[in-house]
Amino acid sequence: MHSWLVSSLLVVLALVGCSKSSGADAASGNSVTLLNVSYDPTRELYVDVNAAFAREWEAKHGQKVSIKQSHGGSGKQARAVIDGLEADIVTLALAYDVDMLHDKASLIPEAWQARLPHNSAPYTSTIVFVVRKGNPKGIRDWEDLLREDVAVITPNPKTSGGARWNYLAAWGYALRKPGGTPDSARAFVETLFRRVPVLDSGARGSTTTFAERGLGDVLIAWENEAFLLTNEVGQGRFDIVVPSVSILAEPPVAVVDRHVDKRGTRAVAEAYLQFLYSEEGQRLAAKHHYRPRSEAVASKEGARFPKLKLFTIDEVFGGWRKAQAAHFDDGGVFDRIYVPQAR
Amino acid sequence: MSTPARRHVLPGFRLSLGFTWAYVGLLVLIPLSSLFLKTFSLTWPQFWETVTAPRALAAYRLSFGASLVAALVNVVFGLLVAWVLVRYRFPGRSLVESLVDLPFALPTAVAGLTLTTLFSSKGWYGQYLEALGLKVAYTSVGIAVALTFIGLPFVVRTVQPVLEGLDADVEEAAATLGATPWQTFTRVLFPAIYPALLSGFTLAFARALGEYGSVVFISGNMPLRTEIVPLLIVTKLEQYDYAGATAIAVVMLVTSFLLLLVVNLLQRWSHRRFEVRPGA
Repeated sequence: MHSWLVSSLLVVLALVGCSKSSGADAASGNSVTLLNVSYDPTRELYVDVNAAFAREWEAKHGQKVSIKQSHGGSGKQARAVIDGLEADIVTLALAYDVDMLHDKASLIPEAWQARLPHNSAPYTSTIVFVVRKGNPKGIRDWEDLLREDVAVITPNPKTSGGARWNYLAAWGYALRKPGGTPDSARAFVETLFRRVPVLDSGARGSTTTFAERGLGDVLIAWENEAFLLTNEVGQGRFDIVVPSVSILAEPPVAVVDRHVDKRGTRAVAEAYLQFLYSEEGQRLAAKHHYRPRSEAVASKEGARFPKLKLFTIDEVFGGWRKAQAAHFDDGGVFDRIYVPQAR
Repeated sequence: MSTPARRHVLPGFRLSLGFTWAYVGLLVLIPLSSLFLKTFSLTWPQFWETVTAPRALAAYRLSFGASLVAALVNVVFGLLVAWVLVRYRFPGRSLVESLVDLPFALPTAVAGLTLTTLFSSKGWYGQYLEALGLKVAYTSVGIAVALTFIGLPFVVRTVQPVLEGLDADVEEAAATLGATPWQTFTRVLFPAIYPALLSGFTLAFARALGEYGSVVFISGNMPLRTEIVPLLIVTKLEQYDYAGATAIAVVMLVTSFLLLLVVNLLQRWSHRRFEVRPGA
């Protein structure tokens, strides 16, 4: 007998059997679970949002909701969903990552971003500077980052979605200032990246490099990360400098159609995203240092979110797909900045 | 009824062979061949362009170079550590024993963060080294340091049992026959531990090649200068360039496999030579 063959088959069957146990138990009876796949810095925000939403949903519909959270780099999270992680909702750092759910796996329709108000971004942020207490280098605006005596900390745009916002903010500033052209913008960004001694792979890594290792004079960061750093992590050690012009960072949210339809969770998933636009949702976003879309909530926050000139990706770059292809894909502008120079 | 031509001492050879094939097949062979399948979506010129891009070449050089340096450092100092642990009894010996394994157990990200904290310009080691003009963190030196750290247990743990098996009598006999300490080492000890040292080297080298977690923190990830191959793979994935990522992965896989094969052959060859020695 080919007992070796039999035992091979048994092993295969056992392993296949193990993976066949998850099922459509999502919306059965009186409780429902949702999975929100998000990026790193939103962990605390969604802990609050989930609790508030679950209270509201149970009061209205008498059904318990428990929302599981998954956090990681934005691109990595999108790939996990593309590769089969059954997210009901994605709340990522950039629309490009959500676009890929359509392009690579047809999980959502192409026009997903038009389904919710404000480009499907219920809260926004912008790119600001964090400097050491008292601003010893006197950094006021983007121009100062090009000075030879200034070391700039920002993560690697090739690996970090957050870093792509930083890069595009600098580019947009240079392009829109008087006399700005695509060439001058490129020169500006190239010089800026010469001032960068270390490219961490993610935004939190850069924050650590700047705050804990003491490297660099200025950290380019999302405003919510900057608040976190100055208010909570390194109290009294850093100041925030808001540049004259910056980019409107719009982290988008979307229901993953294929999954909510399969699991029968569409109604609750859509209500969850709507909740982010509600007054309470907006208040929670502001509490966690994201700029609320609601004027009413924003006006209560007063001076916490200083006014500055903001431009969007669509205005300056024609959307994320174009920005990604022109700047960050292999052979794009960012790569050319680092091409070995003929010496 | 069939009777096996040869009887084995332990029964169940066929059963266990079947298990072995299925197990290795499912866990190693099929996952790795899927890597090749993904790469096949590229045309040959696309593949070649991807794997020979200047940044890829710089990354191979760095990954293989730093891994080689780290493995060599571990061969020398790992041997020394193993020797001390086997031949001497001293207070705190069991503490050193367990410390040696720590790089195994530690999440590599913890290792990377710790080493970066120590070696950055404000760190405990870094501030003095930098005063001497040696920058470690965010340079290729830092990468080699991280790779040395994670590779340490391999050499110690492969050489240690062999050293334990060697009787001190042999060295004493060599000494009474008039051998100098150096002769004793090169003629008596080294041939015996050489195969184990070689496997320790291979394991440390192979481990270093694939290391990602600890290196991304200390390397600074500067394109063309401190970008390791695994990071390059991650940057491809960030562009949803699955085929490009697997192309570079395939290059690493094939090179690593060839290296392991060569070292294995080398080891077998040296082992035979050692076995044949009379009176061993």
